[in-house]
Amino acid sequence: MKIMVPVRRVPNPDVKVRLKKDGTGIETEGVNFLVNPFDEYAIEESVRLTEKAGGDVFLVTIGGPENEETLRAGLALGAHRAYLVTVPAPLDSAGVAQLLAAVYAQEKPDLVMAGKQSVDTDNNQAAQMMAGLLGIPQACFAYKVAVEGKTATVQREIDGGLETKEVALPAVITADLRLNQPRYASLPAIMKAKKKEVKKVTPADLGVSPVSRTRVLGLSAPPPRKAGQRVASVDELVEKLINEAKAL
Amino acid sequence: MSILVIAELREGDVRHATYPAVAAGKKLAALLGTDVDVVALGKGAKAAAERLKDFGPKTAWWSEAAGVADYTAEGHAAALAALVKEKGYTAVLAAATTTGKDLVPRLAALLDAGMVSDVIGFAKGDAGTEYVRPMYAGNAEARVAVDTPVHALTVRETAFDAAAPGGMAGAVAELAGVGEAAGAKVVGYQFTKSGRPELTEAKVIVSGGRGLKDAAGVKLVEELADLLGGAVGASRAVVDEGLVPNDLQVGQTGKIVAPDLYFAFGISGAIQHVAGMKAAKVIVAINKDEEAPIFEVADYGLVADLFKTVPQLIEKVKEVKAKA
Ligand SMILES: Cc1cc2nc3c(=O)[nH]c(=O)nc-3n(C[C@H](O)[C@H](O)[C@H](O)COP(=O)(O)OP(=O)(O)OC[C@H]3O[C@@H](n4cnc5c(N)ncnc54)[C@H](O)[C@@H]3O)c2cc1C
Ligand SMILES: Nc1ncnc2c1ncn2[C@@H]1O[C@H](COP(=O)(O)O)[C@@H](O)[C@H]1O
Repeated sequence: MKIMVPVRRVPNPDVKVRLKKDGTGIETEGVNFLVNPFDEYAIEESVRLTEKAGGDVFLVTIGGPENEETLRAGLALGAHRAYLVTVPAPLDSAGVAQLLAAVYAQEKPDLVMAGKQSVDTDNNQAAQMMAGLLGIPQACFAYKVAVEGKTATVQREIDGGLETKEVALPAVITADLRLNQPRYASLPAIMKAKKKEVKKVTPADLGVSPVSRTRVLGLSAPPPRKAGQRVASVDELVEKLINEAKAL
Repeated sequence: MSILVIAELREGDVRHATYPAVAAGKKLAALLGTDVDVVALGKGAKAAAERLKDFGPKTAWWSEAAGVADYTAEGHAAALAALVKEKGYTAVLAAATTTGKDLVPRLAALLDAGMVSDVIGFAKGDAGTEYVRPMYAGNAEARVAVDTPVHALTVRETAFDAAAPGGMAGAVAELAGVGEAAGAKVVGYQFTKSGRPELTEAKVIVSGGRGLKDAAGVKLVEELADLLGGAVGASRAVVDEGLVPNDLQVGQTGKIVAPDLYFAFGISGAIQHVAGMKAAKVIVAINKDEEAPIFEVADYGLVADLFKTVPQLIEKVKEVKAKA
């Protein structure tokens, strides 16, 4: 089975971002960048699927040359090879989806396993858009994936529980957090990843000129919460909730 | 020119999130000087359209055709794309529920529409309609412009008050020519029934984190929630332990909530958790670590062992209730 995994480079999600003073973006000075966590779940699931049945897992990232580092980190988790589609400036999810669809058209994978959302933009769009552009089925927010022949059965995390959906392959699946526990890259795996193939292509090589359909005009800090207070006891807490906050 | 709001059905009923979405649609329509239509697809859609026609749309569309009877992104996006193209809607929106998040991007692709997720506000600006949305786990608010003729949106349900009925009743009309859901079918659901309100609708939420330790800790949270008629929430750590169902997870990648009162017991206050609950009016935190970041967003913080203090709190609330 051939599986395509789109991966995004994101600022470390456990560190609070700092906004540039002029609101044009975030400070990247001193920030370390990682593989989008949801994409790690997608890589892990894909590697497991091919460990059982054999196959080829290839990563695709769209971004600047620095994204090669992101790909190497993903390759160290067990993917076999990768594409780096270099673009001069970041694209929105619609632009990303266009390029992902173009790589798909060249490679014709059996399955696309993406992350459910980028933790920087929180868009949650690119995979569904890619499926829409290609006219293939999708199964988003996967909790469990089983592939049999030309069908994937996916349990999806939905409000209030789980939905079980069958999709005909090829299809796009997106990984949610309970899908698996991604492995840590071992040192030998990291060494091996350095030698794996990273194919660098441009949008022109793929025959598309991707365009963003949205523009971020500016970023600002959200309104801060007013400072809170410490209470010394449950009695004081309840008294304040009743008389001060009028919340009980 | 007008705006299409996608209703969400669950087992034949209109889900609550539809009403804030309708309100957002009406607000956007007022800003642009146009009107709103709504559309309901799936089992129960006709009754849903009959109901929703009283909430201000010009037309309430519906279809219960086989290809849309169960919700699938494939079937619904295809039917909706056809409707948007035929009627020339300039904006299409749904609530940012798991269904809206699954559906709207696919629809956007079919319409070649730019999309903004999780919209919390909008205004007219130099770039046309400018949408406001959180990014970076809620640590930034972005103003976003859309450069395509059709705008596709999901709206955060807690950012808009639910629409109320009123005004002239709209027309009810069945969609014609609805096709199949190509390559996809739903084979079953497992819903967790709890009898408690949904997180996104609850006035009070009692949430617990890893500090709860085990099922006995979860019981404490449930007891207080039930006493206050509230919902139970959790951090990801508790969901990962399998102590509560996944859809009780509050946070960046779980539910975004905005209750009047939010209790956080044994939750450290990671960026991803805070992203989901900092819109609460009043936040109470109990944590034994005085350095825990949750205290930075809490209105009332108690540095204490939750196993000692939450039972006290339960007793105290019982007393207060008995007096009232
Ligand atoms: C991609 C991604 C997405 C994520 N999305 C979410 C999300 O949507 N929601 C979410 O919640 N998390 C999310 N997380 C996880 C998040 O980063 C944290 O790991 C998680 O929120 C921590 O949960 P916690 O506060 O319960 O546990 P911990 O951080 O372990 O905190 C436990 C707290 O309990 C306190 N405690 C322990 N015992 C007691 C006691 N007896 N009495 C009082 N206090 C006690 C401790 O002092 C501590 O502060 C995400 C992570 C990633 C990578
Ligand atoms: N620049 C990118 N390059 C490759 N894949 C991406 C990129 N951006 C997003 N994706 C994929 O699409 C998913 C959803 O992204 P988003 O729409 O940005 O939330 C991510 O989890 C990735 O799998």
